[in-house]
Amino acid sequence: MKSSRLLFPAFATLLVLFVVPQLMLLSQSGDGSVWQRLLDPLYATIFGRSVAMALGTTVVTLLVGFPVAWALVRAVPPRWRGSFLLLVTLPLWTSVLVKLYAWVFLLRSGGLLSQFLTLLGSDSPSLLYTTTAVALGQLYIELPYMILPIYASLERIDSSLVDAAHDLGAGPMRTLARVVVPIAAPGIVAGCVLVFVPSLGSVLVPDLLGGAKTAWVGTLITSQFGQARDPAFGSAMAFTLSVLTLGAFLVFGRFLRKAQE
Amino acid sequence: MSPQENSPPVRGSLLVERVFKKRGSVQVLEDVTLEVRPGEFVTLLGPSGCGKTTLLRLVAGLDEVDAGRISVSGGDVTTLKAHLRPVHTVFQSYALFPHLSVFENVAFGLRIRNRADDELRTRVAKALAAVHLEGFDSRTPAEISGGQGQRVALARALVLEPDILLLDEPLAALDAQLRSSMRSELVQLQRSLGITFILVTHDLEEAIECSSRIAVMREGRIAQYAAPEDIFERPSSVYVARLVGMENILDGRVVARSGTGARVDLGFAEVDIRAAPPGENVKIGLHGEHIRIAPAGAGLHGTVTEVRYLGEATRCQVRVGGTTLVANVSPREVVRAGDEVSLNIEPGSWIGLGP
Repeated sequence: MKSSRLLFPAFATLLVLFVVPQLMLLSQSGDGSVWQRLLDPLYATIFGRSVAMALGTTVVTLLVGFPVAWALVRAVPPRWRGSFLLLVTLPLWTSVLVKLYAWVFLLRSGGLLSQFLTLLGSDSPSLLYTTTAVALGQLYIELPYMILPIYASLERIDSSLVDAAHDLGAGPMRTLARVVVPIAAPGIVAGCVLVFVPSLGSVLVPDLLGGAKTAWVGTLITSQFGQARDPAFGSAMAFTLSVLTLGAFLVFGRFLRKAQE
Repeated sequence: MSPQENSPPVRGSLLVERVFKKRGSVQVLEDVTLEVRPGEFVTLLGPSGCGKTTLLRLVAGLDEVDAGRISVSGGDVTTLKAHLRPVHTVFQSYALFPHLSVFENVAFGLRIRNRADDELRTRVAKALAAVHLEGFDSRTPAEISGGQGQRVALARALVLEPDILLLDEPLAALDAQLRSSMRSELVQLQRSLGITFILVTHDLEEAIECSSRIAVMREGRIAQYAAPEDIFERPSSVYVARLVGMENILDGRVVARSGTGARVDLGFAEVDIRAAPPGENVKIGLHGEHIRIAPAGAGLHGTVTEVRYLGEATRCQVRVGGTTLVANVSPREVVRAGDEVSLNIEPGSWIGLGP
């Protein structure tokens, strides 16, 4: 079939750059004893913590990103939209590393944020190396990846559809729920996937803003290939993470199909 | 007398009073007043940019007025949001919800109003039957034709039994044949339902065929508001006369006045008009249909300079003195360029035109 031939490059890329490396990871993971170690409740806790952080990041960036994208489409006149969109993408122009070091300066004791908190009478001088810092950094890094796909899908919605919904008796909230969100569902799901997946395996943010106090999946895997010198265990964890992510994909996919019905 | 006492508190009436609307630096509507009686079929007619769609959106509540008042069925709705007004719209693009089936599109407003399932099913089925769209329930908007989409949009608005149905160029996207059949269907639907229809169009034929009254719009104002035959036969201004295709618009000089009427000198003849615009130099209009061509004899003499066959009529240009008149005659009549002819103009068919 012609259409299946067109799919060949995509499948080939997927095979060479995703499936083969995953199988290599699997083969690196050695015998069953490595997998047995993964069953230690400690790792379940760490996985759970990372999943919770990724989910939280996804939910909060969605709650912030959707209104931002909606406002861009509905409230900003077309000739200003380009400039506003530029502001959204501006953080993507610099390296994550640079941005995170900027956050280190913001969050450390004596930094801008702690000075501000002291002014308010709080006596918590430093947020750095806390889970809050990790969450803030995560949200900051991921937010553009939520806004952009949602903006793209909202922008394509004909404004007359919103008019029609109002005209037929739907107030602003019902118009959002019954017309805008269902039509923008693919963009919303894309944003969620783009935020959730990198968040789950995030290394730099917990490393730089979380210090070494709390373990996360990403940092744990990295350390197995470095300080811990246990690549077999690292491979097993990395493979498990991939499987978990794939599972998340399937859940998102099912949600998308349901939304489109 | 307050405006409120002016508007009969009857379902389906519309009163637009001294409405102004600016978009950017453009004054889109300027001092527009329009009164529509219950059950009327009123057309807003004018070229694009004349403000007709803006006026419709203001009535729907999709835009806010800068100044003025809008009342529907006797109640002031000026500050009421669109979703609370008893007015529904058929949009030019139809604006069907792409993620919903035909059935769900029509059911949308009823679901918003939390109608019971039984009632909802019955009413949707009835509305779809009224527009001859049975059996399309489960199709999506992508799977139906333009004409069918138009019917779904109609059913979706009518199922809510609006006091007033607004139609924004609903037929513009259809091909000529479909347009003319939809036009008569629209008129029948309006008659049988008795709902007030307000239609926006730039198509003169559509306006004349559908409406009980036509509001001709020009640059944000209403130029003339009258029954179709009055608009066509007695345009109030040169602008409306051109819009209704009045072929002969001539300059004249008033030689005598009596009451509202006047005797006007056109150079080649003196004619009487019943309603004369003020001033000495006036514009006079005449439809080409009111000129009869006869073999040279008594009456106004002229020379045929050009003959064009238009199907329903033959258009002849006739040179009379220093003026060229256009006459639309029956295609059965044999007229050739160069013929010397006599022109018989029905008395009283000359119209005085305002600016």
